[in-house]
Amino acid sequence: MLVLENVSKTYPNGVNALEGFTAKIRPGEIVAVIGGSGCGKSTLLRAIAGLDHATRGAITLDGDRITAPHEKIGIIFQEPRLLPWLNVADNVGFGLNDLPRPDREQRVAAALSRVGLADKARVWPRELSGGQAQRVAIARALVPQPEVLLLDEPFSALDAFTRRDLQDHLLDLWADTRPTLILVTHDVDEAVVLADRIFVMRPRPGRLFEEIPVYLARPRDRASELFEALKRRVLTALDRSLDRSVPDHQGKSVVGEGMWW
Amino acid sequence: MSAGEMSLTATIDRPRTARRNARRLRLALVGFVLPVGLGALWELAVHAGLSNGRLVPPPSVIFTTLWELARTGELWVHTKATVARVAAGFVLGVAAGTLFGALTGYSNFSRRILDPTLQALRSIPSIAWVPLFILWFGIFEESKVALIAVGVFFPVYLGVMEAILTVDRKIVEVGRAFRLSGPALVRRILLPAVLPSYIVSLRSGLGLGWMFVVAAELLGASEGLGFLLIDGQQLGKPAQIVAAIVAFAVIGKVTDWLIEISAAPLLRWQDAYGREAREA
Repeated sequence: MLVLENVSKTYPNGVNALEGFTAKIRPGEIVAVIGGSGCGKSTLLRAIAGLDHATRGAITLDGDRITAPHEKIGIIFQEPRLLPWLNVADNVGFGLNDLPRPDREQRVAAALSRVGLADKARVWPRELSGGQAQRVAIARALVPQPEVLLLDEPFSALDAFTRRDLQDHLLDLWADTRPTLILVTHDVDEAVVLADRIFVMRPRPGRLFEEIPVYLARPRDRASELFEALKRRVLTALDRSLDRSVPDHQGKSVVGEGMWW
Repeated sequence: MSAGEMSLTATIDRPRTARRNARRLRLALVGFVLPVGLGALWELAVHAGLSNGRLVPPPSVIFTTLWELARTGELWVHTKATVARVAAGFVLGVAAGTLFGALTGYSNFSRRILDPTLQALRSIPSIAWVPLFILWFGIFEESKVALIAVGVFFPVYLGVMEAILTVDRKIVEVGRAFRLSGPALVRRILLPAVLPSYIVSLRSGLGLGWMFVVAAELLGASEGLGFLLIDGQQLGKPAQIVAAIVAFAVIGKVTDWLIEISAAPLLRWQDAYGREAREA
């Protein structure tokens, strides 16, 4: 169980990036964090990753206080961030350095074939397409079998087709070991297609605005009525979080828009 | 991929690589057209009596001189002396440059303390140190090696510092996310990340080392290729001067090439853009 208690972050320049974030996230749950810029969603993720410190509050995973990167927590960034001097297989095995070589190679090979890149093991990262590189990054994060996987807008730099493909693929991989997924995104479609719960954040100071449960069976039909209704609900919450006047959601402002802005 | 497929691609690849190598060779030969052509023209001009070739000796005379120097063993003595000086100065300069560059690149505090002074020293034309070095270290090897080391130091220092400062913070964060400790972070992230610019700074350092060895030897030496230059001037032997210059060119190129090929296996991962552009 990942427990966030009153997590707050104030930067030295006085900016209140995150204020009093409290949530309990069950093992295996998929949570999407969505909100406008400056709502503290990346700050929250970096604090859980142990890359930044919260200035107040506490983050605990199964009772362990998180203050530095934790072995049971993995992260995938917006960019693949592969190490250019390691080939694909060595990139995937980067977090397995403590393992004996045969074990490592076996797990890397399994992970690579799981993301459909078994034939790219000896290739340099620069030779991969954006989608392939992000798959390698996913494999690299999953291969140490984390209990919690953090994703910081992982598909936002990809084209719409690749993005959908990888979203489905992520769910597929998640089903193998069912880690907790915490996904920061600004794509409403992505949040509704992936998450069990959506945290809508509001900016200045960044704080939790609304929590929306998603009771849709998987795989989810992006074209269904219920899916559309949930998207509208998230969009309404986002609009209210920014104190915008709520548009008429029977209208066309929402239809066909994967991205929120 | 099965073994059958593997051997199939290998057989397909072999003629292709052979053809690419042949093409590369042809392209490299193009570079020889101008110098060889000019040399041949000058040779013809001297033979035709259009010039006596005394001040600008034709290639045949230069090669005869080189051959004579090599035959009598003189060339080896001088080359050995020069190479030894450059090697000693290079090792010292690289060691100091790497140490200070790593220090100032890694720690902001040491950069604030050290960098302004080092930058001020860098702006001094290095030849200006010669009189002082002669007073400090005497007129023999030490002062020459010190001058070369100073020449090598600055490009290496700057290169290492810049390389560390410009390491992608995002890549370093990957190391942190995988809980690498300080030494492991240096070994697995920082070192490979700075290696390409380090090699470049070694090569420019070596280039300056060759420059400074000439300066050092011109200012007083009893052996060395620089001595051959001065000797050729004082005895009016232009062919010997040009022969020494040719020797400098060849050794300089060879040592630079040695760094390049020994680094190549470590830098295979780099974006091939530069390599392809050179091959095209």
